[in-house]
Amino acid sequence: MKKLKILFNGILKENPTFVLVLGMCPTLGVTTSAFNGFGMGIATMFVLMLSNMLISLLKNFIPDKVRIPAFIVVIATFVSIVDLLIQGFVPALSESLGLFIPLIVVNCIVLGRAEAFASKNGVFDSMLDGIGMGLGFTLSLTLIGAIRQLLGSGCDILVFVLAPGAFFVLGFLMALIRHIQQPK
Amino acid sequence: MLLALTVIAVVAAAALAAVYVVTKPAIEQQQQDKIQKAMMDVLPNFKGTTEAVKVFANKDDKSEVTVNLAKNADGSIFGAAVETYTDQAFSGSFNIMVGFDADGTVIGTSVISAAETPGLGDNIKSPEFSGQFAKKQMNPKNSNFELKVTKDGGEVDAITAATISSRAFCDAVNRAAKAYDTVLKQKGAAK
Repeated sequence: MKKLKILFNGILKENPTFVLVLGMCPTLGVTTSAFNGFGMGIATMFVLMLSNMLISLLKNFIPDKVRIPAFIVVIATFVSIVDLLIQGFVPALSESLGLFIPLIVVNCIVLGRAEAFASKNGVFDSMLDGIGMGLGFTLSLTLIGAIRQLLGSGCDILVFVLAPGAFFVLGFLMALIRHIQQPK
Repeated sequence: MLLALTVIAVVAAAALAAVYVVTKPAIEQQQQDKIQKAMMDVLPNFKGTTEAVKVFANKDDKSEVTVNLAKNADGSIFGAAVETYTDQAFSGSFNIMVGFDADGTVIGTSVISAAETPGLGDNIKSPEFSGQFAKKQMNPKNSNFELKVTKDGGEVDAITAATISSRAFCDAVNRAAKAYDTVLKQKGAAK
């Protein structure tokens, strides 16, 4: 039961996009279509899961005072390795997700979860947290992407194709989610 | 504390270096395959051999353009697949392949590598945009072959909200045409 709670935490209660408001750069940048949002989300989920596990394994070795630089080095190295491996050996995946991977290096969700969760919990729980947060991020980005695609490319309202449209959609969705979550 | 951070940095650097060395040949191979595939895309009916010639298309260009002259079995020129670039892209630069026939008419274009904004500038890969360039002819007597987007008085329809990427694409095609023209003139002089 507790494990499930960790997994589902990221989807609504602590949704990284709408509630924690982390990782705004890719959220606003790549959500021009549902597929792009989905691709960015899946790539982030994969990295989040593994970086959480890695940080959780290293948490006793990393001294508290230098944990932030240590996390950044570990995560950035890990993402770069994944990027190189994909480019070299899975060209098809690199074609569709390659553009998003360098964006993950600087994604604050990854660092945020390392700091808030993985540095205090076990490997398995951290993995679940990574998957949950990744799913929440994927769902949010796909939703924003779908709305922008529908209004922008579908109905030809140009502003939704451009960056301001991303702010509008994000703002309205955030308000909606706050409204739903607020105790009546 | 200092030790832990040093150890992490050293291990990270070593791991990155190792992975870089291991993946480098594979990544270069992928790049080579991409260029091969782009050449087939832009010269679909060509079966002969190609000869790569590197030239500077414009006097103040920073890098060379590779003109892959396509020759028929009897040595006559079928056309060329020109590996060209632009440095006016939204994300700095991108590389495309442009195929020409012997008279300098564009056969087709193919994007080799570009990192334009997904959903906007990235649409340079879409056939609706890049297909516009097929059958555009460069005039061999007049080297002022220049394609422009409609906004600048040309005949290329720019991608909505991605005028910079569209202009950059025109720039790359123009560079290819100039390079092909230069190579043809060199070859003509040699004969």
